[in-house]
Amino acid sequence: MINRELVIIGGGAAGIAAALGAYENGIKDILVIEREYEYGGILQQCIHNGFGLHTFNEELSGPSYAEKYYSLIKDNECIEFMYNSAVTEINDKCVTVQSPEGVKKINAKAIILATGSRERPAGAIGLKGDRPVGIYTAGTAQKYLNRRGFLVGKRVFILGSGDIGLIMARRMTLEGAKVIGVAELQPYSNGLARNIKQCLEDFDIPLYLSHTVKAVHGKNRLESITLVEADEKLRIIEGTEQEIECDCLLLSIGLIPENTLIEEMGVVLDPKTKGAVVDDTYITSIEGIFACGNALHVHDLVDFVSAEAKRAGKAAADYILGNKKEGTCVKNVLGNGVSYMVPQSFHKGNEVEFCFRVNRVFKDCSIHVYGNGLDKKIRKMGIVPSEMQKVVLKKEEIEELDGELFWEVI
Amino acid sequence: MELVCINCPRGCHLNVEKINNEIVVSGNSCLRGKTYAVNELTNPLRVLTTTVGIESEYEERLPVISSAPLPKDRVMDVSKALKEVRVSAPVKMKDVIVENILGLGIDIIASKTINR
Repeated sequence: MINRELVIIGGGAAGIAAALGAYENGIKDILVIEREYEYGGILQQCIHNGFGLHTFNEELSGPSYAEKYYSLIKDNECIEFMYNSAVTEINDKCVTVQSPEGVKKINAKAIILATGSRERPAGAIGLKGDRPVGIYTAGTAQKYLNRRGFLVGKRVFILGSGDIGLIMARRMTLEGAKVIGVAELQPYSNGLARNIKQCLEDFDIPLYLSHTVKAVHGKNRLESITLVEADEKLRIIEGTEQEIECDCLLLSIGLIPENTLIEEMGVVLDPKTKGAVVDDTYITSIEGIFACGNALHVHDLVDFVSAEAKRAGKAAADYILGNKKEGTCVKNVLGNGVSYMVPQSFHKGNEVEFCFRVNRVFKDCSIHVYGNGLDKKIRKMGIVPSEMQKVVLKKEEIEELDGELFWEVI
Repeated sequence: MELVCINCPRGCHLNVEKINNEIVVSGNSCLRGKTYAVNELTNPLRVLTTTVGIESEYEERLPVISSAPLPKDRVMDVSKALKEVRVSAPVKMKDVIVENILGLGIDIIASKTINR
């Protein structure tokens, strides 16, 4: 049995920042367990630039962002990375690890989950038809191309307008593939406006809003798909079918926090975020178990993942050193238009950053937050579900709150 | 004319007008937005990110980036030219992989360190 102060599961953007946050707040015995042979997680295959504007005030590629952030803890004797190692179980505060040296059991005073997210696969949307070769999640295609140099198709259709799909539309076009189009079931895009511009419009790739793929065809290799229109209730409109020839279908239909490990422990998950329910110290419903980054809720920007994970690292340090925040928590109550809120509850006595998403498109609206001693409206030009919103409430603003804080978009 | 700024994830909606032969930009939240809009009308530019082959113990591709934005209509040519490029480890992040690519005055640089 090995004893460590803090164990962090996952050595991607969140894990690295959590380690830094814990170290800077007094923890000198940190183990980061990473299943790959290197740090950085998904950043290593995101070779496009646009990362780091908030953190480093410059635009970096994914691998560069990872390298630059890692350099802040490199050669730090208090932070050890254990590579090629997968955590198979957490039992109380003991983690079981499959490592190149065999199975190990490691006891920790606190554990931070920084396991990232996974892509929703074809099964998640009940895609009709056979399963010929040629249907991949956008991230899988990205890994093949950017890490291995394999182009997974020559005539490509993309379902879902998530950013990874848009990035792959450009990437595969530059590598010589023909990207025929992108279909999005919603009447609005789920990707960033800049990616619609630089990844689709730059290459004259059409974006079919209110469209989806009804069926896939092909026995061994994908041969075609059926594209169909959808109405405002997202139901297929019969009679609008069109066949599109393609040998590859990429799915960019959303990410789900990876929480298998803590789900088995009985940690309470939020049905909306699919991540753990946490307070403002990122502690889950089980003592000493923390969660951050995309494992907690799916972020738009890695910069926000790093910032959140650093705070989680500090919170875990405070917990280990006995400086845990005491007192009852104020609960967030979600009203009109608010899809989810992280953290779900919080302590008074410090400023708190709230992250949330709306459940539909709002134009010319206000974020209304109110409770005992607080009634605040924040004007917004427009809010879309694909953009995470952040509101910081100061210590003085939340001082008089009693049990609940109400949120709505009006 | 309306443009979406591609400089950062914020994606500002820019209004671009030509008044007396001068390009007037509004809706930008920083100076980069203005520069982008003017370039977009006169000489559109794009950063290229791609990979080149690498001889290494554990990696097959080296991610690279253009040292500055390239003329938009030359991005495809540069991407094609880089298909022939192969390097050997060790490579440090920011190492120049191809100097002055296609005579455009812009270098292609490594965006990752690969030691072995």
